[in-house]
Amino acid sequence: MALTNEIIREKLIEKFGEQLTNWAEPYGMLTFTSDKDLNLKVLQFLYDEPELQFRFMTDLCGTHFPEKKGQEIGVVYHLHNLVENIRIRYKVFADVNKPDVFSSSTLFEAANWMEREAYDFYGVNFVGHPNLKRILNVDEMDYFPLRKEYPLEDMKRTDKDDEMFGR
Amino acid sequence: MARPVQYNLTNKPLETPISYAASPDGFSGEGFFATKLSDVVGLARKNSIWPLPFATSCCGIEFMALMASHYDLARFGSERVSFSPRQCDLLMVIGTIAKKMGPVLKQVYLQMAEPRWVLAMGACASSGGIFDTYSVLQGIDQVIPVDVYVPGCPPRPEAILDGFMRVQDLVANESLRRRHSDRYKELMESYGIQ
Repeated sequence: MALTNEIIREKLIEKFGEQLTNWAEPYGMLTFTSDKDLNLKVLQFLYDEPELQFRFMTDLCGTHFPEKKGQEIGVVYHLHNLVENIRIRYKVFADVNKPDVFSSSTLFEAANWMEREAYDFYGVNFVGHPNLKRILNVDEMDYFPLRKEYPLEDMKRTDKDDEMFGR
Repeated sequence: MARPVQYNLTNKPLETPISYAASPDGFSGEGFFATKLSDVVGLARKNSIWPLPFATSCCGIEFMALMASHYDLARFGSERVSFSPRQCDLLMVIGTIAKKMGPVLKQVYLQMAEPRWVLAMGACASSGGIFDTYSVLQGIDQVIPVDVYVPGCPPRPEAILDGFMRVQDLVANESLRRRHSDRYKELMESYGIQ
């Protein structure tokens, strides 16, 4: 029997109950959210359960929504069941002042570099990551560039003046 | 039916005689020509510049056009594009240099033997260009000294040729003692280069 979003949802609710929230299916892709401390349990369940078998991590990325107080920093997991060819999306959120999320790099090798990238750009502190350092930006950088906390442009910049660039 | 060939049918005479490159000032006579050593060295250097293309992005496409038969940089004595910095005279930085690429570019510059020149091609190499952002170096002159800037996004091959001829002027007229002068050492020290 083909695996459908309904079956996945029933399985997850049977196991985790009310702890999984914000169920949605944008463009047919099952999406849900949980508390950030639950992320390894949910991922492990999705990996091990013989009917679910989400054993391929397509993507892991960071997000930042400054208006969601206490839940600013998000981590989004995209998982793929290669047998049934079905994908799901799973989100956890953390406080921007203490963005600690458990690392999934022991479960998925692919998560290693993607967690380093999320750390590099959003400052998500992946607890238990074997080598959490910058991967794309220069090592000396002391800020997280993709957080939405910077002004768009400083009008007082002198290193590029309007005469030369027609702005 | 074959299309009639319409060009090169009439033999067009030369409007002006072919001009030769000007020779340096000096004394000439039957079978000899005497001039300053620095002029001879400059003449030799400027017509045998070996470029090292450090092409990182779209300006590199224009550089390929420059090297190909239509624009043909080889006419200027630069047939031999080398990818070994040890043997090159001119570092052509062609394209966006990310901050992470900065130390690599500097390493390449350090590996070149004196005398060496640098040409920054395009808006990105000259000033960061449209990439006014956290990850892009705002002009390679923050890392290495630059002799000639070629503006444009990207510059046309003619513009690069013009920039290259400016480099040739610099090479031809440079004092042989410039690289030993205090001013040059100051310039190098301002970039942290010994």
